[in-house]
Amino acid sequence: MNPDINIIITDREGQKHEVVAPTDMNMNIMELVRSYELAPEGTIGVCGGMAMCASCQCYILTPQIELPDMQDDEEAMLSEAFYTKENSRLGCQIQLTPEMEGLEIELAPES
Amino acid sequence: MIKTDILIIGAGPTGLFTVFEAGLLKLKCHLIDALPQPGGQCAEIYPKKPIYDIPAFPEVLAGDLVDNLMEQIKPFEPGFTLGERADTIEKLDDGTFIVTTNKGTKHHAPVVAIAGGLGSFEPRKPLIENLGHYEDKGVRYMIKDPEFYRDKKVVIAGGGDSALDWCIFLADVAEEVTLVHRRNEFRGALDSVDKVKELKDLGKINLITPAEIVQLEGENHLEAVLIRKSNEAKEEFWLPVDEFIPLFGLSPKLGPIADWGLEIEKNAIKVDNSLDYQTNIPGIYAIGDVNTYPGKLKLILCGFHEATLMCQSAYQRIFPDKKYVMKYTTVGGVTGFDGSKKEAPKAVVKAIN
Repeated sequence: MNPDINIIITDREGQKHEVVAPTDMNMNIMELVRSYELAPEGTIGVCGGMAMCASCQCYILTPQIELPDMQDDEEAMLSEAFYTKENSRLGCQIQLTPEMEGLEIELAPES
Repeated sequence: MIKTDILIIGAGPTGLFTVFEAGLLKLKCHLIDALPQPGGQCAEIYPKKPIYDIPAFPEVLAGDLVDNLMEQIKPFEPGFTLGERADTIEKLDDGTFIVTTNKGTKHHAPVVAIAGGLGSFEPRKPLIENLGHYEDKGVRYMIKDPEFYRDKKVVIAGGGDSALDWCIFLADVAEEVTLVHRRNEFRGALDSVDKVKELKDLGKINLITPAEIVQLEGENHLEAVLIRKSNEAKEEFWLPVDEFIPLFGLSPKLGPIADWGLEIEKNAIKVDNSLDYQTNIPGIYAIGDVNTYPGKLKLILCGFHEATLMCQSAYQRIFPDKKYVMKYTTVGGVTGFDGSKKEAPKAVVKAIN
């Protein structure tokens, strides 16, 4: 049984949203943001989740929560993205798992 | 003025397949796309990625899907206005439309089909102060005519395929080519990376990595860029250049279509999905990823279906007095505007004695 988890997402306007996320639907953070419509359609997940557009860039605010390691394609895409910080990740490359309970992220500006 | 039966805005898979379905109805098509090549996202963002949900193709590369569609529609001789963005639309008294691009090219058609996907692709601009000031005065985001760079000092920024490919190409054209990228690794195709390394070793390309361009300078035209190395020392130096080409990919924007008086919801155009994917303006249809209706799925295969039904409605609009009887291609064959004819071979009748 995979439990739902709680995630806090700050949208591009600075508004905080506490959302409940399923962990048994093969869903990633980009898809979670889209399902709650926290960013306008067409401004997030443009490439559909292939790590090829960086429209789902977000900043990880809870470094203590372990996330999957960055793969080459994500790292390469981030190296070409704008507004990147040390804690930048691509939401589409982070699958939701029960271990991510309490994760806090902030969406990077649209570019 | 370009005249056609169905003017298609967007040359992605849905737009391309529309040409085929229209062709079966003897309707001619012309396509406008902001990108310099047909294929839309499939060609621009992920040509080398596989797609697994095209019916009867267990696996097909996005680029191959586009090539196949181009082959399939060839007999129907579609026209293309590429590298131009559809900007304005005007409805004439007779109910037909004139669509004008950002370059002023005019198109006249009784039916407009918007197959614009997520919108037209606009270059992503790096965050450099004064960048806008030098646009077209030493800064260009797309290379249209490589000859423009002959005997000039060029600096390219970026780490993807287009940055690598243009470096390789311009190495033989420009006086000097410098490639600046934020890291040592490149995202492009392996053979392009190898070729750049080879040209670097030959001294034909200056490669500066990991580094960023952080400032621009010049009186009335760009004269130099400030490059900051991303190493510990963060050393900075000015590089004299004539032209700077930032190649950081493209991002889609719905753009001017949003101002055409169409009903828009969540960055997509609302259509009547119970009938023919027509918008709130009769004669303008929206098909593929650009439209929305209850239960909409942004899938290529759904775009194909929408295009097919839309063409039937377009036919009735263009020929209100005619009645079209649908014929299977296996029965009726495919007769191209180029005079070609494809048809199923006749069965061989042979007696058994």
